[in-house]
Amino acid sequence: MTRPSPATAPSGGPAGRSNTRIGVITFPGTLDDRDTQRAVRLAGAEAVPLWHRDKDLKQVDAVVLPGGFSYGDYLRAGAISRFSPVMETVIEQAKGGLPVLGICNGFQVLTETHLLPGAMLRNDSLHFICRDQRLRVENADTAWTADYTAGQEISVPLKNIDGRYVADERTLDMLEAEGRVAFRYLTEGDPADGYGNPNGSLRDIAGVTNEAGNVVGLMPHPEHAVEPLIGTGRTDGLGFFTSILKKLVTA
Amino acid sequence: MARVVVDVMLKPEILDPQGQAVQRALPRLGFEGIGDVRQGKRFELEVEGPVDDAALARIHEMAETFLANTVIEDFTVHVEDRAGS
Repeated sequence: MTRPSPATAPSGGPAGRSNTRIGVITFPGTLDDRDTQRAVRLAGAEAVPLWHRDKDLKQVDAVVLPGGFSYGDYLRAGAISRFSPVMETVIEQAKGGLPVLGICNGFQVLTETHLLPGAMLRNDSLHFICRDQRLRVENADTAWTADYTAGQEISVPLKNIDGRYVADERTLDMLEAEGRVAFRYLTEGDPADGYGNPNGSLRDIAGVTNEAGNVVGLMPHPEHAVEPLIGTGRTDGLGFFTSILKKLVTA
Repeated sequence: MARVVVDVMLKPEILDPQGQAVQRALPRLGFEGIGDVRQGKRFELEVEGPVDDAALARIHEMAETFLANTVIEDFTVHVEDRAGS
């Protein structure tokens, strides 16, 4: 192998070398922490592993809650991890502006904390879904989406069984009016190409943001679409990690 | 030791595909006449000490913050068995 491993080559990412530290939290049952750390490094930032029992965030500049099945999703997806010591600090600092991205199980945790509105339920098909998914970036003004353009269509992997986003009508109307639906599933196209609402999410919502735009959650997995050789064969997901890096570097 | 039961149900307006799957299976199994099924969760709590108003208030708080997600679920609390308390 002549190609340097991204694990040992934090520099040279699309956003260039930086001292930006992005924390990636591991709960018992987290699966995608390593992929997320790798995506962070590919973007050019330093990935800082955080453990669910740590109250201290090790002075990171942003936090990612990766996918998986924290605490086995017992009770409800994300319900138990929401009360972990690390989340007490994340909740407090997120309210103060700390950028937080929740992917899949991380999104579920963020709805359980009420940092993001709504809740996540079992897919309407009752089946676990694993496929490449077409999405539209609706809001390119959040801390995690600035490297996209509003209306841009991307393809990233999706894998979940509790991915049906629900909220009451008033909340949904509020999210639409304030532009806080960050991502939507693209439904006009061939399901074989990743089109369609995979889980019955209301109004085809795939991801939302908080009012300030620093907290973002989505069900599909951008960290699995950051290298052309694996996943979708595209790097559509890398923009999440370059967005936050640019924001922090220029902040 | 008294038993307190917390029943958690999805709010009526929330789609319950698990309940629907059960309901669809019923006629196939020969059980006719069931128009709808909704599936919930039941927590049985063995409570140490007396189940007084203060204990029930704490259980109510537990249900509201943890056992149920009140964005999507309703819950009820009732004391099932005071025997031995």
